[in-house]
Amino acid sequence: MLMNLFKFKGGVKPPTNKTQSVTLPIATAPIPPRLVVPLHQSIGGTPRPVVQAGDKVLKGQLIGEADGRISAAVHAPTSGTVVEVAMHVQPHPSGLDALCVVIAPDGKDEWIARATVDYQSLTPEEVRARLQQAGVVGLGGAVFPSHGKLTASKTVPMDELVINGAECEPFMTCDDVLMRERGEEIVHGAGIFRNLLQVKKVLIGIEDNKPEAVTAMRAAVKAAEEDFEVIAVPTRYPAGGAKQLIRVLTGKEVPASKRSTDLGVQCFNVATAYTAWRALAHGEPVVSRIVTVTGNVQAPRNYEVLIGAPMDELLKLAKPHPDTDGIIMGGPMMGFLVPDHAAPVVKATNCLIAHSPTLFPPKPPEMPCIRCGECARACPHELQPFEMYWFSRAKNFGKTQEYAIFDCIECGCCSYVCPSRIPLVQYFRFAKSEIWAREREKQAAEGAKSRFEFKQLREEREKADKAEKLAKAAAAQAAKKAAEALAAAGASNAAPVAEPSPAAAGAAEAAKKAVIEAAMERAKAQRAAIQPKNVDHLPPAVEQEIAEIDARHAQALGTADTPSGGGEKNR
Amino acid sequence: MELITSPYLLKEASVQRVMLKVLLALLPGVAAYVWLFGPAILVHIALTTVTALVGEALMLKVRRRPLGIFLSDLSAVVTAWLIALTFPPLAPWWLTVTATLFAIVIAKQLYGGLGQNPFNPAMIAYAISIVSFPALMSQWPGTDGHFFSQLQVIFGLTPRIDSMTSATPLDALKTALMLAGDAHTATVASIQANPKVFGMIGGHGWEWIAIAYLVGGLWLIQQRIITWHMPTAFIAGMTLIAAPLWLWHPDTYASPLFHLFSGGAMLGAFFIVTDPVTGPTTPRGKLIFAAGIGLLAYLIRVFGGYPDGVAFAVLLFNICVPLIDMYTQPPIFGMKDQ
Repeated sequence: MLMNLFKFKGGVKPPTNKTQSVTLPIATAPIPPRLVVPLHQSIGGTPRPVVQAGDKVLKGQLIGEADGRISAAVHAPTSGTVVEVAMHVQPHPSGLDALCVVIAPDGKDEWIARATVDYQSLTPEEVRARLQQAGVVGLGGAVFPSHGKLTASKTVPMDELVINGAECEPFMTCDDVLMRERGEEIVHGAGIFRNLLQVKKVLIGIEDNKPEAVTAMRAAVKAAEEDFEVIAVPTRYPAGGAKQLIRVLTGKEVPASKRSTDLGVQCFNVATAYTAWRALAHGEPVVSRIVTVTGNVQAPRNYEVLIGAPMDELLKLAKPHPDTDGIIMGGPMMGFLVPDHAAPVVKATNCLIAHSPTLFPPKPPEMPCIRCGECARACPHELQPFEMYWFSRAKNFGKTQEYAIFDCIECGCCSYVCPSRIPLVQYFRFAKSEIWAREREKQAAEGAKSRFEFKQLREEREKADKAEKLAKAAAAQAAKKAAEALAAAGASNAAPVAEPSPAAAGAAEAAKKAVIEAAMERAKAQRAAIQPKNVDHLPPAVEQEIAEIDARHAQALGTADTPSGGGEKNR
Repeated sequence: MELITSPYLLKEASVQRVMLKVLLALLPGVAAYVWLFGPAILVHIALTTVTALVGEALMLKVRRRPLGIFLSDLSAVVTAWLIALTFPPLAPWWLTVTATLFAIVIAKQLYGGLGQNPFNPAMIAYAISIVSFPALMSQWPGTDGHFFSQLQVIFGLTPRIDSMTSATPLDALKTALMLAGDAHTATVASIQANPKVFGMIGGHGWEWIAIAYLVGGLWLIQQRIITWHMPTAFIAGMTLIAAPLWLWHPDTYASPLFHLFSGGAMLGAFFIVTDPVTGPTTPRGKLIFAAGIGLLAYLIRVFGGYPDGVAFAVLLFNICVPLIDMYTQPPIFGMKDQ
């Protein structure tokens, strides 16, 4: 099987540190005394809880219903009792809480009735719905609901389906062991995706530092009697990035502005394919996943872990060394230090790395950029990181967008190679979040402005209506009076009936004036009402305080003139 | 607590390591220099290094920047060495010291220090010196120099005697051609026949220094400190103008090889135009920048009033860097068809 591989530019070769955790097969982590299952575990809408405290649940029972098209259901990872549905800390850099279903396991691990179906007898819509109901999401770390990626483009024929087993992050081996041990089920899962997308070719890409996985997957493809190609790709971080792997295997470059299906290609992680097969062929929703537990530990290993298990409990299984001072979720290149060690394992948790100052030495001081261009040479998206850095630092966010900051996948290659030790990716995350915040602010300001303008318009209209009504009434009155006067004067040859206008108009004018005057009077009274009282004989300290408040007030009024002006300037 | 985000792994790399490798790459050139012109160059290297570090330290103090990390980054030492290597070894001590101070204090620190200076500091030092002291900047020792007498000249203990110094081969060629004038009493070939001044390809002795710089420069490319773009483009740019003129009129115009192995060409190609701070960063920009310098350096040294043109060419192109960078941005991933 000779295949022409393509290259992606940039990339780095950090020490892989993978061998430590692949010596032993996947172990099943024991059921912890308490599971905290976050409802929001995938991109898209937050599932609605469908259980409440005191409910008995079985393993695989629905506890969170998908909300909207891009959302995936959440299930009870084991049988037990719902303790509460409440806010708990998330494995997220922010350390914020989110709604979770807390379950006290009963230890029986009793499944719901699992319906097995032949997915080929179902329509594509039914298959996608089942995947959504089973909570199948991208397990490579992005956790995008898989059913949302399984609709072929209507205009572009689907050429390739890429199954991503590259696993380029150092330390991480969960996909490696999964391919070694459960290869056939991955192949079956890939078959589901192939049928849904109607692709011509299925390419399984694995970095060539995992020869066992390559062999296992080739055997699995053969056993499943499929014609998928298993391709060993050169080991170079980030070869496992979806766009990089697509590039290496197909030569296609998917820009940030396009979907990969627009180019006739789609990409799924091996673990996602595995869970899709388990969901359809075995009726098992996603309630556990393989997690690599490694780093500063005595016994690094891969565990099959229930979603919701606390990270610190899991880490204990691998016997962390005493100098462990943190847990990285994900790989060392793109992961993050979890703010709370008791945070639960979620569908995105592919790897936990015990952090220690010896394993990951503290960063040396940041030096000025010397424009050496190493970052640009390392960038797999061929961006100019140092330019984006200058502009991020200067908070010139418009310029960062000109340099395509939103094409940055935050892979960390630039920070990795920078001789000045500048945390470039950190600057880009900052710039991106600032741009989003400003965008939101701008939208909010625009919303407020249009609401205000509408209110003004409405008030003016009401006023005009009122004045018109008054004028009409006055005119009627005047006409009546004129008519009476005319009648009183007898049927002489005085002014014709059609001549009441000057008097009537004058009366209308007078009425309007009266209304305005009354309004002004009211406003005056109101102003007088809010005049500060008891300000005559104050101690100097209080007087100064009042002066300061007034000054601040004036300043605030002065600067708050153009709420969207600041954002505009930088665009 | 300081926010630390991924990546948690960092490659072994530092500004200090980059600068150290540049210094190491200069060593063959320095060795060749010492071998041919005597150890006077070492005196200048010592003088400029100490001056640069003192100047840098004072400015960092004034600017309230940490001394330790900025002095140990070795960037000032690289500037110092480049100044020493571009100045005549017999230049008086005060000239190199003043020029170094000017480079560090004004051309580098006043612009904001490391990474912020728009002009190559060593070339600023050279340019102001050759404009202010053209005679002192053109006296080079003969290859039979005696260290002690050279030392006395540097520190002004003995008067400068013409017999001790000579013009550079580039200068000698230019002067001889000028004296010959339109009468064509002398040709490039007849002038270069003097083995005391001219060697096989470049100047007598000078060509070995140039070869040593070439070797050091190639090592820098192998070490990924510099890329091939700039040296190649510099050589191409100089050849592009030298070759047609030489083919057209070999009696008046020396061969491209002579130009490449004379004066500051090799030092410029590998160590000066490649300064990342003052040069463009895009691959195409680097080619344009270095080729332009090679071409302009030739024009200045052949048709201009100065013995060599690398310094002025570099400074003139430093000005164009933002423009070059702006117009040579490479397309990004997935956007190559647009």
